Amino acid sequence: MIQKIAWMIPLFPLLGFIINSFGRKIISRNMSGIIASLMVFIPLIFAFDLFFSVTDKVTVHLFNWISAGVINIPFEFLIDPLSITMMLVVTGVGFLIHVYSIGYMGHDEHANTFFAYLNLFIFFMLLLVMGANYLILFIGWEGVGLCSYLLIGFWYKNTEYNNAARKAFVMNRIGDLGFLLGIILMLFAFGSVNFKDVFPAAGSVQSGNVTVTIITLLLMIGALGKSAQIPLYTWLPDAMAGPTPVSALIHAATMVTAGIYMIARSSILYSLAPITSGVIVVIGLATAVFAASIGLLQNDIKKVLAYSTVSQLGYMFLALGLGAYSSAMFHVTTHAFFKALLFLGAGSVMHALNNGQDIRGMGGLRKKLPITFITFLIATLAISGIPPFSGFFSKDEILAKAFASNPSLWVVGMIGALFTCFYMFRLFYLVFYGKFRGTSEQEAHVHESPLVMTIPLIVLAVLAFLGGFLNFPAIFGGKESFAEYLKPSLAGQYYGKELIPHQTELLLMASSVIILLAVIFIAWQVFVKRGTVPADETTERKGLVKLVYNKYFIDELYNSIFVKPYNFLSEKVFSWIDRVVIDGIVNSFGEISIICGRSVRKLQNGNTSFYLFVMAWAIVAMFIYLMLV
Amino acid sequence: MSILTLLIICPLLTSVLLLLPKSDKGTKSIALIGSIIQIALTGYITFLYQAIRSAGDKSQMLFESNIVWFSTLHINFHTGVDGISLVMMLLTGFVVLAGVLVSWNIKNQVKEFFFFIMLLSTGAFGFFMSLDLFMLFFFLEIAVVPKYMLIGIWGSGKKENNAMKLALMLMAGSAMVFLGIVGIYFASGYFGPHNTWDILELSKIHLPAEIQRVIYVLTFVGFGVFTAMFPFHTWAPDGHSSAPTAASMFLAGISMKLGGYGCLRVATYLMPTAAKELSWIFIILASIAIVYGAFATLMQKDLKYMNAYSSVSHCGFVVLGIAMLTKTAFAGAVMQMVSHGLMTALFFAAIGMIYDRTHTRMSDQLGGMLKQLPFIGTAFIIAGLCSLGLPGFSGFVSEMTIFTGSWEKAGLFYRVATILACASIVITAVYILRAVGKAIWGTVTNKTYLMLTDATWSERAATILLVVGIVIIGVAPFLFIRLIEPDVQYIINRIIL
Repeated sequence: MIQKIAWMIPLFPLLGFIINSFGRKIISRNMSGIIASLMVFIPLIFAFDLFFSVTDKVTVHLFNWISAGVINIPFEFLIDPLSITMMLVVTGVGFLIHVYSIGYMGHDEHANTFFAYLNLFIFFMLLLVMGANYLILFIGWEGVGLCSYLLIGFWYKNTEYNNAARKAFVMNRIGDLGFLLGIILMLFAFGSVNFKDVFPAAGSVQSGNVTVTIITLLLMIGALGKSAQIPLYTWLPDAMAGPTPVSALIHAATMVTAGIYMIARSSILYSLAPITSGVIVVIGLATAVFAASIGLLQNDIKKVLAYSTVSQLGYMFLALGLGAYSSAMFHVTTHAFFKALLFLGAGSVMHALNNGQDIRGMGGLRKKLPITFITFLIATLAISGIPPFSGFFSKDEILAKAFASNPSLWVVGMIGALFTCFYMFRLFYLVFYGKFRGTSEQEAHVHESPLVMTIPLIVLAVLAFLGGFLNFPAIFGGKESFAEYLKPSLAGQYYGKELIPHQTELLLMASSVIILLAVIFIAWQVFVKRGTVPADETTERKGLVKLVYNKYFIDELYNSIFVKPYNFLSEKVFSWIDRVVIDGIVNSFGEISIICGRSVRKLQNGNTSFYLFVMAWAIVAMFIYLMLV
Repeated sequence: MSILTLLIICPLLTSVLLLLPKSDKGTKSIALIGSIIQIALTGYITFLYQAIRSAGDKSQMLFESNIVWFSTLHINFHTGVDGISLVMMLLTGFVVLAGVLVSWNIKNQVKEFFFFIMLLSTGAFGFFMSLDLFMLFFFLEIAVVPKYMLIGIWGSGKKENNAMKLALMLMAGSAMVFLGIVGIYFASGYFGPHNTWDILELSKIHLPAEIQRVIYVLTFVGFGVFTAMFPFHTWAPDGHSSAPTAASMFLAGISMKLGGYGCLRVATYLMPTAAKELSWIFIILASIAIVYGAFATLMQKDLKYMNAYSSVSHCGFVVLGIAMLTKTAFAGAVMQMVSHGLMTALFFAAIGMIYDRTHTRMSDQLGGMLKQLPFIGTAFIIAGLCSLGLPGFSGFVSEMTIFTGSWEKAGLFYRVATILACASIVITAVYILRAVGKAIWGTVTNKTYLMLTDATWSERAATILLVVGIVIIGVAPFLFIRLIEPDVQYIINRIIL
């Protein structure tokens, strides 16, 4: 039954978008928030129903979307464990963030537009995860990019936000170009882009096949853009210009994981392309450590979280590259819980401080914001990987897989984890411990957020705490039920015996926990005991610190090697060709005709004797000609 | 006399009738009623067309009528439509109505203005339904002359100069087309049963390759000037910048499509052998146009120049699709023509509405328009999103179809062209979002802009009309493809042969 009406799932948020955008002048802000939340809650119920009723694959055919020549794309939804998982995450976390936004955005004059965009985002995200072929997936993919653009630039009057929005879209576009070419190539290689045709056909392809390698590399470029990996990651930190619920929903919990989802969905193809997988491992691991190192010195609460998102996505990429698709999806899920929680917590702090974002202007907030404090602590422990919080299980699973592949990967991954733990606790201590360092005005204003915001925090905290038990590892007697559940969807994954012995895994876990606890202790020493506060902007930074503080000058690098040359080309070269070369030729035609006209005009000077003179000579000339011939 | 003839009579009659009333309001009303009748008529014909097709009529052209016009020269008034000409006529109906609506506030020489608009409409409808090359050329010329007047009289800036440039370049294009079709006419006497201008008869004759080559290049380049094919594109930016809003909409929305349609229907369809041999020339030119147009757009500050250069880039897709000679690419090219026609009309309409209020088109002097003019600002953003090929709007499906159709051609040369074309989607995003960021988002810099009023009823109606068209194709492309697919097959059959 539920399978039959599964196609209605994305329609609810679309309806919400239509109601909220066309009725934005009639509906009150609160009402619009309630409608928007409801339109996400209904799909959540549907998704739960699907979760309990579908264990294999169900394809829901709607109609033939386009069929022109070689293109034949049906509009179909695929309901299987992987898409159900994503649907649950998207609508579940999405619903909580919608509710939170009722409180957070309630005072904004354009709140209705905000809710309309959020609903539109959920619509496209559901399209993305439910689509049964790459083109529908791509439509959702572009659609969420649009919503991201509109929401980053939500406060469009600010030029800087405006530029951030454009940067996000354009960087994603570069990725999309790869994705699009990958889809086209796939269409010709497999004769179809439907999952149900491509994946079985891939079964008969040799591992290392060149076409499949190119296709997977192209698709990967798309994922690099959307999931903010090196070299296309610089848009995500800037994307924090958007309202905080947007950062939580789009730029942490859901949209940025679309790249991970897409690769996990194509697991069979990636398992046939060892080269691509190797590239993904390198990029993922590099991003994980690189972004984490930038996070160490950032002072904007949202920027720290943004870099941590980039870094965590790097771990997911690492897992994908190692062929541990279910581990990546597991980390997607737990990350959605704790990262959404962190951002919403940050939003709650900013709400209390009148939108202050600089952690140097915070401090000592644990008494005044008790709920935010507790929930933020849970999320911090989760992301740092302290047992039994959810992040421990998902991150450890990835690191164990890395160790099984090559112990040096584990070492590098562990360094990233140390960084993560340090910058998270640095953030945590600077915000909630010590003395308040903001203005006295802010201090008087500080208050805990209303229930409509704290309840979502509490729910997410419970999920961030318990989420790890979804895939309770075998060494603790668990059944790894999450991985088992996804099995029908992940044809490319190895579901065999454990690759590393249990003792080794336990040893790795124990050593990582001990190191992490030590890092937390050091952070406590530095930021609580000694009360160190990061230096302000005017302080000159030197050497490595300067490099990291300025995010390795990557933005400046891109600016001078891409943006400026392109502008130069456009401004100088192209306008020169048009104005001088082409118009020159066109005008010279005009000039030639004018010159001809001018010279002919001289003959018609109105002087009768001149005419007679010419006539006489012409007659003479004609006679001479006739006599000679 | 078929129902199609009504579509020529209707705009022609409107253009005469609107001269009668004394008040400007009366003139405008007649123009509006006339264009509503046109669009209703095209809609009705589409409906009939589909009904006849689904009843199983497989003939190539429907609603055919063939009346001898000038028997010594074998010129016949031969009209008929297939799916391709039908969608182009639908496009014409949409753009003309929208153009009349946005010109509602025009003040000087109202009668003459709408007279020329209706004359253009007559030319376009006639062109798309002509099955006789001479008539086709005749209507092409009808569509050119009024543009000179529209720009020269109601334009702005260096209007005389730009109007002249446009008219001369288009006339040069027409001259090449004329040479080409005269060549076809005489060649058909030597190599076929008798001299003819008739497209359907000509499509059954195979002229020798050397003749085809000459005619193919002449007609393709000639029509190519109309589509602003590189390097014959410079009339477009200058012409648009001086043209009044409705004329820009018409110029980019329909006039450039006359060229695309001609390239497909005359050059490619009638000269298949030469097309196979020589289409690589136009693939190169189209690829240059796509990338070059996009780059040239990057730095344009004048919004009209921006859209004109971006049209050069987008019409490059049309030429690319036609020159790739695959069924998918043809379908994409036709779709792109309609999509670009609607989208660019919307763009020019929005720019015109902003210009009417602020008296500037410079993106750096604007800013904050979304706050002051939410409706117009949104229209501009929608046009932009369609232009950068966002799914859900028509631009995506048509570009996607062209890319796929181009990839169908194996060979490094075609692959490089396709990848170049694809790469333009990144640059397009850059310039569109720059314009949106500067002109539409941001804060109001000029105090006088705070007093602006949003779109009037007629402007709203025009916008909604065009947006509906864009969204229908974008969301339900199968409706569109169903119309044109069998007819694209006819053209591709000639190529495969």
